Amino acid sequence: MTATTAIGAGLNRIEAAAKVTGAARYAGEIPLDGHAYGSVVQSTIARGQVTMIDADAVLARPGVLAVLTHDNAPRLHRADDTDAELLVLQDDRVRYRGQAVALVIAETLEQARAGAELLDVTYQPEDHDVVFAADHPRLYAPEHVNPNYPTDTSVGDVDAALASAAIVVDATYSTPAEHNNPMEPHAAIAQWDGDRLTVYDSNQGATSVRQALTTLFGLADGAVRVLSEHVGGGFGAKGSTRPHAVLAAMGARFTERPIRVTLTRQQMFAMVGYRTPTIQHMRLGADADATLVALEHTAYSQTSQVLEFAEQTALISRLMYAAPNLRTRHRVVALDVPTPRWMRAPGEAPGSFALESAMDELATACGVDPIELRVRNEPSVEPDSGLPFSSRNLIACLHEGAERFGWASRDPRPGVRRDGRWLIGTGVASSTYPARSAPSTAAATALADGSFVVEITASDIGTGARTALTQIAADELRAPTERVEVRIGDSDFGQAMIAGGSMGTASWSWAIAKACRELLHTLHEIGTVPPEGVTAHADTAEDIKAQAQLSRHAFGAQFAEVRVDVDTGEVRVPRLCGVFAAGRIINAKTGRSQLIGGMTMGIGMALLEEGVMDPQFGDYVNHDLASYHVPVNGDVHDIDVSWIDEHDDRLNPVGVKGIGEIGIVGTAAALANAVWHATGHRHRHLPIRPDRVLTSLA
Amino acid sequence: MRQFGYERPEYAADAVALAERPEVRYLAGGTNLVDLMKLGVETPDLLVDVSALPYEFVQEDLDGLVRIGAGVRNSDLAAHALIRSRYPVLAQAVLAGASGQLRNMATVGGNLLQRTRCVYFQDVSKPCNKRMPGSGCPARKGDHHNLAILGASDQCIATNPSDMAVALTALDAVVHVQDHAGPHEVPLAELYRLPGSDPQRETTLAPGALITAVDLPTLPFARRSRYRKARERASYSFAIGSVAAALDVEGDVVRDVRLAFGAVAPVPWRARTAEAALVGGPVNEEAFRAAAEAELAAAEPLRDNAYKVPLITNLVVRTLAELAAGS
Amino acid sequence: MRLTFDVNGVGQQADDVWPGESLLYVLRERMGLPGTKNACEQGECGSCSVYLDGTLVCACLVAAPQAQGRAVRTVEGLATDSAGGLDHIQQAFVETGAVQCGFCTPGLIMATDDLLANTPTPSDAEIREALAGNLCRCTGYEKILDAVRLAASRRTEVTP
Repeated sequence: MTATTAIGAGLNRIEAAAKVTGAARYAGEIPLDGHAYGSVVQSTIARGQVTMIDADAVLARPGVLAVLTHDNAPRLHRADDTDAELLVLQDDRVRYRGQAVALVIAETLEQARAGAELLDVTYQPEDHDVVFAADHPRLYAPEHVNPNYPTDTSVGDVDAALASAAIVVDATYSTPAEHNNPMEPHAAIAQWDGDRLTVYDSNQGATSVRQALTTLFGLADGAVRVLSEHVGGGFGAKGSTRPHAVLAAMGARFTERPIRVTLTRQQMFAMVGYRTPTIQHMRLGADADATLVALEHTAYSQTSQVLEFAEQTALISRLMYAAPNLRTRHRVVALDVPTPRWMRAPGEAPGSFALESAMDELATACGVDPIELRVRNEPSVEPDSGLPFSSRNLIACLHEGAERFGWASRDPRPGVRRDGRWLIGTGVASSTYPARSAPSTAAATALADGSFVVEITASDIGTGARTALTQIAADELRAPTERVEVRIGDSDFGQAMIAGGSMGTASWSWAIAKACRELLHTLHEIGTVPPEGVTAHADTAEDIKAQAQLSRHAFGAQFAEVRVDVDTGEVRVPRLCGVFAAGRIINAKTGRSQLIGGMTMGIGMALLEEGVMDPQFGDYVNHDLASYHVPVNGDVHDIDVSWIDEHDDRLNPVGVKGIGEIGIVGTAAALANAVWHATGHRHRHLPIRPDRVLTSLA
Repeated sequence: MRQFGYERPEYAADAVALAERPEVRYLAGGTNLVDLMKLGVETPDLLVDVSALPYEFVQEDLDGLVRIGAGVRNSDLAAHALIRSRYPVLAQAVLAGASGQLRNMATVGGNLLQRTRCVYFQDVSKPCNKRMPGSGCPARKGDHHNLAILGASDQCIATNPSDMAVALTALDAVVHVQDHAGPHEVPLAELYRLPGSDPQRETTLAPGALITAVDLPTLPFARRSRYRKARERASYSFAIGSVAAALDVEGDVVRDVRLAFGAVAPVPWRARTAEAALVGGPVNEEAFRAAAEAELAAAEPLRDNAYKVPLITNLVVRTLAELAAGS
Repeated sequence: MRLTFDVNGVGQQADDVWPGESLLYVLRERMGLPGTKNACEQGECGSCSVYLDGTLVCACLVAAPQAQGRAVRTVEGLATDSAGGLDHIQQAFVETGAVQCGFCTPGLIMATDDLLANTPTPSDAEIREALAGNLCRCTGYEKILDAVRLAASRRTEVTP
């Protein structure tokens, strides 16, 4: 690692001034000459066939330019790895409610919307199956779970160990569908120039969108350029190409004009993915001294009829605790529903709710403190694989958090603290998230005026990536940050990892560090920068392939205090405390905010967020921000976030683990454990809504 | 949205004349109507903007009666000194609703006529007896955890979403209306209709009727009143249950009481059974609980909303106890 | 219809406005002012907060004709009377790290401006309630509170 000056400092966000003045342009705000607007028409049945679309009346309306349907839309090409959900308007099948069945294109957005509202679509509905259940007859074991983990794992003999365990916890937990709801709705504007396509799109990775569009439209390599300078949040919902971008490109090809497609908030609930509901069966066995002898985690989730999405819910149990007998299983059922996708900490977020709740139940059953239970079961190597950890500071996080939170004086008895109408309780849970890197390319250029330009197809979805990468590049180049310009969000910069899986900074910083080091080496050799500048390119594919086999994860501990209103069942959160061990934190200011944001989304997961599937219709009926509740300012009070100084030189050149997801992992369990401590009632289903709390108190 | 006309008359009589056809809607703050038009739930062919009408006043007459113009913004109402001191339940209820931005736009008249937030009513791709009479009520089988336990019918279990109207109902407010027959007054309790077999008819107002003002009776003991709202997040969400209460105690006896519930019925629910049980009775939690239970004996909870019975009971007991204690 | 109104101190006119257009639509699509964000169009997120005759409103729920003859101020017009390009609230948001993806930011800055104009030294509880109508999905609101506190302290220094 190089000596640093910029890394670790709280540099202000580079594009902050553009954002606070309204000058920053997001994908749906890029003006292209002569552009028109597309409005998506969604199916109103969950399964069946479109039998007729009567476009004539809509085409006769003022300003309407075209109505794209499966009858007239440009044909798309598919490859083996094509996301079938992107094959929009290619046939008459309806595979979920809310699927795009037409695109109305008009001169103005209001004309397009009015046309979409009036478009007459006739269906032949078929019986749909949208009810997720752990005893669904069509459950199956997928070949692997996301992104490429074994579906089932087994070490030792769990059944025998449970049969002879002194203490057993056997409980089922469930989590609902949750919707990412980044503040910026998905948008794209597409423009064709012959067989070249340019798309300004709201996404988490421009090269992955470029690749998808290149395949779908049968284009040559390099024919597609995707730009995404500013992206208004994603949380996974923009991690893969979404249908709006394909529709914009189709509309632009059809009308030979630039076409902008912006989804409405309501449309997002069916069209951009969501977190699958889960049902999780946990069996934990322990000796009388609270040593785990067995751990079994069976996770059920749903996918769609369009493609298989198998959430890695039980993955967390493969690495957290030292159980000599350890079994994990995943089962999936394909329903007539929109395809679930990534949402912040896919797998770990719901998985940790089950595992960390079950550990709390086990601590109670064993009569030991929940932190002590985790200390006693701390593994020396990854329990499932036997791989060594590159670094693991879970216990340090638990102890540091206990100190900051004031855990030592806690009375373990549930339901005994009362302040007027409020019951008060505290809870703890562990956090973890994989620390991975993926191949990326970058270019670093020295200019004759002594400044530098770094180009990488990174995406700043609000994480602070642009700022962190500037700090990293500056330190690598031994230059002040003001002399370094990092350009991102342009697929012409070459292949790079998406902003996802907490892998962005780890992957991009690797490529940037490599390019910058190469550039310095070149500069050292040539002495002075030529007038045209000099550029070094880097590709980390081989470096990443050469990495040693290790278990690489960030860890953390979360503490929560809740107040439960005995009259109403309302749960309030006066305090959250999170301590994380996540490698190097590049920017204290943006990093802290990322972690607080994750924990706040964890409050939403624990107490508020629930997509309600209506079996009559096959959609999430609460598909707007009035009825799908995300936390507001008033739901958040004191959130104390800190990290321990962790140096792990077996990760990547800069030593980062990624912090985008770990903040939400464990929050819901810490809150549920605190609600138990407050009330004496264990909530095994999220969210812990007032109606459920009140019913449990009755 | 579809094509429609727009007028902004300066006289109430002109507004009423324009609005007699069923396809016309009055536009006040627009916070509910504009949303419903975007959703395709409301499809007027003419909007009559009433913001030029002279109804932005709060005044007190010599008898102490307070009259609130229908055009008064919710923010201004909640901040008004007269309202805060004499009818704290009303100021609290208004502040408990929506957000600052919406309260700045929404008017008293518009708030009284806001439509239910039932998700089926708001989604034109689904049946709804209120929106499309005879099409059915999917909420009975579907998501009804925040729908009615009182006053509902086979046809509709929607709830009235207003906080303000619950307080006004408790305060025995009287609504001034102007319609083709001229100006007249309607007690708020008679403004709203239960759904019965025709849930599309929510009020007793004649077509084109314009709410011009709301009167608050003197009700001196309303100085000791409060609004308590339970909701799924700390702010900016509709109630799952609310109670507006005013209590008049003499010694250890309830001399008078006003009690209304929100988010439990298609209308702001005046709890007259509970009031009758309380008046003349003791001032203690047992009596409060018994009164609430008497009122809620008529409740007909569905699969997922039975929690509202203990919720409202608890809110009644706590709110009355706090009022009795003067806290 | 023809809409004439004032936007950030400049008289504006828009022709062939359909009464169903929202003020938000007029600002973004007709005036070329996309700083005011469109994130829900139902008044449920506050991203489109603007001043209408000095009153903070959700532009998405204002029908275009309701803006006739009135004065609108958007985030683009907030800093016009300061020399540095940012007003003290915008500066506070930058310095405290209250900006992440930035999509809620313009609305929050307008709401903060409104809050501090009426309540120059708000308590935390007052801030949380005053900003309850502005959803943010990134920050968890803590840095936004820091920004409001910082802006309030500087405002107090300037205008005691």
